[in-house]
Amino acid sequence: MCRLAAITSKDYISPMETILALETMKEGHDGSGLGLTLKNLGGEFEKLKKYPILSGICSKTGKKTLDDFMNKQGFKLKHEWKPKIKPVKGIVARDCYFARAYDYPASYKNKSIQEKESLLMNTRLALRRIGEPGESIFAFSFYPDVITLKEVGDPLEVAEFFGLDRDGLKAKIVLAQGRQNTNYAIYLYACHPFFIQGYCSMTNGENTAFVPIREFLMSRGFSGYIGYNSDSEVFTHILHYTVRQLGFPLNYYKDVITPLKPSEIEQRKDSEALRLMKHSLRPLCIDGPNMVIGFAPDGTCFMVQDSKKLRPGVVGGVKGKYALMSEECGVDKAVPKRDRSKDIFPMKYDMVIVSPDAQEVKVWNQLQG
Amino acid sequence: MEPASGIRLDHNHKLSLREFPYIIRWREDRCKRCGKCTSVCPVKAIEPTVKVQRVVKSEGPVPTPAAVRSITHVVEQVTDMERYCTGCGTCTLVCPNEAIEPEFNPQHKFLHYKNKGGDGYKRGGRRNDPSISTLDRLKFTRISMLTDPALDAGRHEFRVRSLIGRILPPEELPLKMVNGKLVVDKESRFIPPVREIFPIMIGSMSIGALSPPMWEGLAMGVAYLNEVEGLPVVMASGEGGMPPGLLRSKYLKYFIIQIASGYFGWDEIIHSLPHMVEDPAAIEIKYGQGAKPGDGGLLMAQKVLKLIAKIRGVPQFVDLASPPTHQTKYSIEEAVAKMIQSMSMAWGFRVPVYPKISGTKTARAVLNNLARNPYAAALSIDGEDGGTGAAYNVSMDKMGHPIASNLRECYLDLVRQGKQNELPLIAAGGIGKKGNLAANAAALIMLGASAVAIGKYIMQATADCFGDEYNRCNLCNTGKCPRGITTQDPKLYRRLDSDRVAERVVEVFKAADVELRKIFAPMGRSTELPIGMSDGLSIDDQAMAERLGISYAC
Repeated sequence: MCRLAAITSKDYISPMETILALETMKEGHDGSGLGLTLKNLGGEFEKLKKYPILSGICSKTGKKTLDDFMNKQGFKLKHEWKPKIKPVKGIVARDCYFARAYDYPASYKNKSIQEKESLLMNTRLALRRIGEPGESIFAFSFYPDVITLKEVGDPLEVAEFFGLDRDGLKAKIVLAQGRQNTNYAIYLYACHPFFIQGYCSMTNGENTAFVPIREFLMSRGFSGYIGYNSDSEVFTHILHYTVRQLGFPLNYYKDVITPLKPSEIEQRKDSEALRLMKHSLRPLCIDGPNMVIGFAPDGTCFMVQDSKKLRPGVVGGVKGKYALMSEECGVDKAVPKRDRSKDIFPMKYDMVIVSPDAQEVKVWNQLQG
Repeated sequence: MEPASGIRLDHNHKLSLREFPYIIRWREDRCKRCGKCTSVCPVKAIEPTVKVQRVVKSEGPVPTPAAVRSITHVVEQVTDMERYCTGCGTCTLVCPNEAIEPEFNPQHKFLHYKNKGGDGYKRGGRRNDPSISTLDRLKFTRISMLTDPALDAGRHEFRVRSLIGRILPPEELPLKMVNGKLVVDKESRFIPPVREIFPIMIGSMSIGALSPPMWEGLAMGVAYLNEVEGLPVVMASGEGGMPPGLLRSKYLKYFIIQIASGYFGWDEIIHSLPHMVEDPAAIEIKYGQGAKPGDGGLLMAQKVLKLIAKIRGVPQFVDLASPPTHQTKYSIEEAVAKMIQSMSMAWGFRVPVYPKISGTKTARAVLNNLARNPYAAALSIDGEDGGTGAAYNVSMDKMGHPIASNLRECYLDLVRQGKQNELPLIAAGGIGKKGNLAANAAALIMLGASAVAIGKYIMQATADCFGDEYNRCNLCNTGKCPRGITTQDPKLYRRLDSDRVAERVVEVFKAADVELRKIFAPMGRSTELPIGMSDGLSIDDQAMAERLGISYAC
């Protein structure tokens, strides 16, 4: 089972804070990889909020391909961050890790956000298609104010390898996953967190309903629903589909992945809508064991459990800084000075929602609606 | 050379017992000549007769063997192909001394002779193929182990339920946001009716094909399962209407009413419409039957007794043949759509209406047409191993398509269109053929079925139907069913206790529910039916694995 750590804060924090919290849960992952997603960036990216950032890895030949492709598409490089690599035993360094802020092509300057999001996603997918066969290019995310880093190895060592302890890279939201490799070969595209058009999530546990969910998503006619090197990627895409594509409020994500029983639906004020949703979104029902942590484009973070709560999860903190972790020790490390009695252990009906800038934490109960 | 005397000794044109599918083994030493076996035999394949025997006897203190001629009573199998032993074994059941038993004869030449009068052999039952079916070769190989905890079939909450009815795609849901909550905007579009059911249903078997206590027993069992056990099992009526009392009762909601090309029983149904207090579970339009593709329904004259004649609105003792196709139908685009519309309209668009076809290579063409028809509520596909009350043997044995690949290709076609959740597929034909009801049902669900329908299995499990794939019994068409299941003769059907049938229906479905959980739990599924969870399945044949799009395991 993977271990998950997320911190959301009103102030910019170093990603090391989240990784050190993850380190306290080391018993639960085998060090087979680290995935890191940063949102609401500070440091050198604080002034570049409106520019989309392409995060990825490429080889020397891939770099030229990447540059040529981006130039051809009309993207102009505004800024590039490269990790200050420190060789660490056991981690095989790849040629080039990068987070590059680009300016949109001239023809997109005045286009709507939806059109820009489509362009960014399709560009990322095109780069993935070009670079995947020879692993010359990995493109993890391409979106304003978001950076994603992934590498195989022990999370703390990977952080040291990236020099995150010596870097000025900061963000208000940091999601980190310590990978416990299970079914699939260690492959960077299988590393959480997954990101699509502002929506991001990471998950622990196997997804037993993976195949029907994947088939349903892939048949929605949306080009972004591909990949699925990990069965957990569908959780991110369900989130995106529910909130962005269908336009449902965030809490309905819980109703989609773990729908209530008919007798429980009757208790909800929106029971009629829920009944229809339960039928129409039946293939997206997960069957556990899973705990999901994610964020929406506005910076709202959440934690949600499978319908039997078969995985641990805890949220704790103070106003302005909350930690969403697999285990209590992670919260202790992230926010030691807090009232532990107020820690929230979401149960099977709960969805813990932390508002942007970590101002407020709410437990939305599915039964109450 | 024949002897010059002119006496024929060769018995030409007389069949030997070796030509017959079942040979009666009668034990003279055990038989007490009570006559029960000969009187009960549904086809008069055995008869009491008298024989003169030469017996060597010795009486007295010193051996003095002497041949004497004695007259003995024996039970003898006749060698008339019209009275062949069907192997039903009713004689064995009634024999007090275990003196008689039919034995299958694998070298028989039954089909060489069973066409007297220039007509092909007609029978009931299903395809006489005792080999292991594809469904029985499928294994559930994705077991949750250590990396994810398996669920506990006894402790965790399970919901083994499915949906029948046209399900709206999420993008077309008529929902709007009011104060942060989703509400249904009913005015904006038609919301098709959808029923939540147990994924195993009792398939169409008509009242007429079945005896009154059999049909009644099934119906009582289904009502009990719903009302008392909370298991929403539904049952399809078959073509031939339903008892008027049931049509006007609250239990109608547990029944799917079938309309077929003969429209038998529909006069009564239409006249009952204003008096119905509940809507039926669904309407099934029968276009085909897996056991006899291209054939219409057939109820032989000998089964059209008073009750059946009344329910169907026909005279007694006439053959009731439904045409192979609906006479109003000449194109799927127009006529089938109209039929679905008409049936929907009769119940105010509150009842799901779906067609049933026999398994065929052309199933996908039908499916794709239905996928474009927003009123089509499902598609039921009945594979070649489905059963029937009466059909030509050649139709049953040689016509039709196996259900597994037919269902799978239809499901994958829907996946390609993104409509796999919109149009439920119902699979039938050979489910539980070897008794593995839950396993066969689960396998079809994982291949893409939303529900499965059973017929033969439920007759065997609840009323001890003798029929098997060695052509045992299979007298359903003759009205002489020795178990009283498919007969309208009161002397025969009084053997069957409808309460006992109902009890067995309840036991069968409760056991299937438990077994389905025992399959789904180790695979980590509990809250929704694992429709299309093909990664859970494997088969021990590479070609089959490829055809079904699943993994090969050996």
